Parts: sequence; C-alpha cells; structure tokens
Amino acid sequence: MKLTLRVWRQQNADAPGAMVTYEVDGVSKDMSFLEMLDTLNEDLILRGEEPVAFDHDCREGICGACSLVINGDAHGPERTTTCQLHMRSFTDGDTIDVEPWRAAAFPVVKDLVVDRSAFDRIIQAGGYITAPTGSAPEAHATAVPKADADHAFEHAECIGCGACVAACPNGSAMLFTSAKVNHLNVLPQGAPERETRVLDMVATMDDEGFGGCTLTGECATACPKGIPLPSIAAMNREWLRAVRKGPRRP
Amino acid sequence: MPINISRIMSWTFRDLRPYLRGMALATRTGRRPSITRTLWDSSVGKKTVMAVSGLIMLAYLVVHMLGNLKVFFGPEELNAYGHWLRHMGEPFLHSHWGLWAARIVLIVSVVAHAVSAYQLSRRDLKARPVAYAHKRRRAGYATRTMRWGGIIVGLFIVWHILDLTTLTVNERAWEGHPYQNLLATFSTWYGNTIYIVAMAAVALHVRHGFWSAAQTLGAGNARRDKTLKFLAHALALVLFAGFVSVPVGVMTGVVS
Ligand code: HEM
Ligand code: SF4
Ligand code: FES
Repeated sequence: MKLTLRVWRQQNADAPGAMVTYEVDGVSKDMSFLEMLDTLNEDLILRGEEPVAFDHDCREGICGACSLVINGDAHGPERTTTCQLHMRSFTDGDTIDVEPWRAAAFPVVKDLVVDRSAFDRIIQAGGYITAPTGSAPEAHATAVPKADADHAFEHAECIGCGACVAACPNGSAMLFTSAKVNHLNVLPQGAPERETRVLDMVATMDDEGFGGCTLTGECATACPKGIPLPSIAAMNREWLRAVRKGPRRP
Repeated sequence: MPINISRIMSWTFRDLRPYLRGMALATRTGRRPSITRTLWDSSVGKKTVMAVSGLIMLAYLVVHMLGNLKVFFGPEELNAYGHWLRHMGEPFLHSHWGLWAARIVLIVSVVAHAVSAYQLSRRDLKARPVAYAHKRRRAGYATRTMRWGGIIVGLFIVWHILDLTTLTVNERAWEGHPYQNLLATFSTWYGNTIYIVAMAAVALHVRHGFWSAAQTLGAGNARRDKTLKFLAHALALVLFAGFVSVPVGVMTGVVS
C-alpha cells in the first residue's frame, strides 16, 4: 500500500507545530500502525531528516503507552490501541491525519508525544490501597462476591492510555478516574480509603486542569478497554456519598 | 468462635495508616473544607448544583405546562387559575406570598444553574485549547446544543417575563387577565415564533438534561439506562407538545 500521512510535527513544548505531509510506500496490510510509522521513520533517517517521535512500549495492547489521534479518532478507527491497529483498516491511497492527544493537561513534549504525568498524580492521590505488601495473602481470607469481583476487574482493565481525555471535547479525565475509583471502591481491600480516595482523586483531577464531564460519551466510545460510561455515574455516586459522610479519619 | 484474620489485619493496618501515609504520600485529607465549599469548588459538585437546579426547574415546567392547558377550557377557567396563583396559601399566607416563594425558588435555581453552567463551560473550553486538525462532527454535539440551547432558553425566560408577567412588551397588557394577554401574544407572528423556537430549545435541553442529571446525581447505571433515556425523551416530548399546543390552538382558532 501507498499512503499519504499528515503528521503533527513539533520540535519541543514551546515551539510552534504544524501538520507535515509525508508519502509512505511499501506498507503491508499486516503491519500495525506503529510499524507503519517505523517504516516512515526509517525513510526519514535515511534521508537525513528527524524521525517522528511517538510513544510506544509493549506493542501488545496492555501497557497504555501508545497514543495518537488518527483521522480524528483516538487510537484510530478500531476499538483497540494504536499498537494493535492494523493497516488492513485502511486502503491503498488513503490520506491519514495523525495528531497527538489534545488536552491542556497533556502538553505536547515533541511531535506526537504528550506528557501524561497528570494521570500519575491522580493515581498518587488515591489510586492505591493501604494493605500490607509482601507475600500474597491467603486467597480465601477476604471473600469478595462474584459480581463485585467482576465489577472491579472490568475497571482494573484501564491501561491509563488517555484516549478518553483525547476524545472528550472538554478534555475531561472522568472516565479514567472513575475506572480506578470503581475498581478499588467496590473491593473490601479498598474500603478503608473509600471516601478519601474519590474525594482526593477528583480534586487532583480538577487541579491538573482537566475539564468537567458533560456526558457526551466520546470517552467510552474511544476507550480501547471498554470502560463503560455508567462508571462515571457510579463515581459521582461515590463522590456525593463521600461528601455527605465526610472522609473517615483513621 | 472463628478467627477472622483479615478483620484483625485491617484493624492493625487502619492504625498504621497515618504513618504509612505520612511516609509515602502527601494526601489532601488534612484540611477538609465545608460541604458547601467542597461542592462549589469541585467540577463534580458544581455539576450537582446544575443537576438539582435543573430538576427543580423541570418540575416547575411540568406544572406550568399542565396549568397552561386550562386555556382550552375558556377565559374564566384560566383567569381564575391565575387569580388562585396570586392568592396561593391564603388565608395563612398574605396575598402573593405563596407566589413569591415559588418565584424566589425559581430565581435562585436559574441563577445557580446559569452561573455553574458558565463556570463549568469556561473550565471545559480551557481544558481543550487546541482543536484537532481532522474535524469530526460527532464530538460534542450534545454539549454544544446544551450550551446554545441554554442561552436561548435564558433569553426566552427574560422575554417571557416581560411579555406575560410584567406585561411590559405585551400589546394588550390587561392586568389580571392572562387569557386575553396570551391571546394577544399568540396573535403576532413574532410571539409565536419566539415561543415555538424556545420550546424546541427547552425540549432538546430536557432530553439531554434529564438523563445527564440522573448520571450526575449517581442514579444512572447500565440496567436503568434505557428507562432513563426513555423518560428523558418522553418528558421532552410531553413538555413540547403541551406548551406548543397553546399557540397552535390560538393560530388554528381553537382558542379565541
Ligand atoms: C438560564 C438558562 C439555562 C442555561 C444557560 C442552561 C445551561 C445548561 C448547560 C450548559 C447544561 C450542561 C449541559 C451539559 O452538561 O452538557 C445544562 C444542564 C441541565 N439543564 Fe440547563 N440551562 C438553562 C435553563 C434550564 C431550564 C429552564 C431547565 C429546566 C428544564 C434546565 C434543566 C437542565 C438539566 C436537568 C440539566 C442537567 C444537569 C446535568 O447535566 O447534570 N436548564 N443547562
Ligand atoms: S479509561 Fe480507557 S481510554 Fe481512558 S485511560 Fe483508561 S483505558 Fe485509556
Ligand atoms: S504500546 Fe503498549 S498498549 Fe500500545
């Protein structure tokens, strides 16, 4: 396949950026989107130009490092991560727009790489449990009802990629934050911090400059892990409960 | 008695928590502000204010719409109803006090709703300063209609009060005779146009707003989603049909 790419190029956080057009030839349908970008970068290096910077790590859909807004969709046209998006989703001769995640809380570092450390700070504010670490506990020590375990697991799937923020017209991190709140608040292990977790994580989310939720639903459509929109309502419920009860102090 | 190990462990670690925290992480639990502050300072809390004030206004709209339908039963019935509104709660309340109590609740709701809508919208626009070069129409449709629709409804409320409450812009302006004043409004092309456009905006606003409020207040979940969406559509439709039936009634001569 031969493709035309329009890629966001930006030297660094302070430099102005622009969409730059490139032709890529010899793209196989079996390549992942990232491998296609590798092909482009090999070309650029041979021509003595600077390769396009983009984030990636596991390349198997589990780490959350890859990003990219492809033709206006976070992670592209399929509901998966960019590393798991294959070129068979495109046709020969296509023009593809490739842009970084856009949100005030995710400033561009270079080209397609953005700084997602705001997510780390949300997690630091409450995305943990104060349980003893060390050897694994006896599995039957704390019984968890099946429905709760499933609910927690569904939300534990969030890989922190940030597609929800990128897709949201308000640059809101509600889906991401709700994934962690739902995951930990339903489990007995997360119970001691049930109130402080949701209050602190939501407050940090606001402080980091993410927008609010207008229930547009773009986040849940973009999420490669299928975190559902009702999780946001569930987090709102937890938040209001915590405000009403006040945080439990140790 | 069976010994519950995890229970003992959790108690132990509850006692250790402040130390664990102090060592590893600075949490924000130390100085917790008042509930009002927490609500108003948080995007989630401000949205709650918007949802509650929106639902108050929505309840009012349903009652208002039902009251308006009295127009189809003649001038005496509607004017008597208007009279009763002014004397609600008598003899316990002084005349107009009941009405003013309702007005105050509504004014507070409109102001709280509009101020939180403005502040949240500002925050949302700031959070997404750079638009994508590749445009998609889908993104933000509901949000945009809510903002523009809300502004249209807000302007309509001002016009509507000047027209039928203070009678400032009403051509007939016959105090205490809402039936005749209403007939005057809906005998003008602009009266009908403004009213019908505004009601369409209200219906669209309620359609997304009712369901949104359920999510904001934490009442939404996957199981209830269909019911809530159905209720939102039904409310929007019933409000639109009920309100618009009045100018349509005047235009078609059913009400005269
Ligand atoms: C002063 C005029 C008004 C303005 C400027 C306004 C604006 C807004 C905005 C911007 C939203 C948020 C939409 C979103 O989150 O996407 C909203 C939500 C809402 N509005 Fe209004 N609105 C107005 C009047 C009304 C009226 C008269 C009602 C009564 C039916 C109403 C009921 C609601 C409800 C129930 C919500 C949902 C709250 C939530 O999202 O949790 N609004 N409004
Ligand atoms: S909620 Fe989904 S889209 Fe958002 S960070 Fe988690 S995995 Fe990515
Ligand atoms: S590179 Fe790890 S999820 Fe895509």
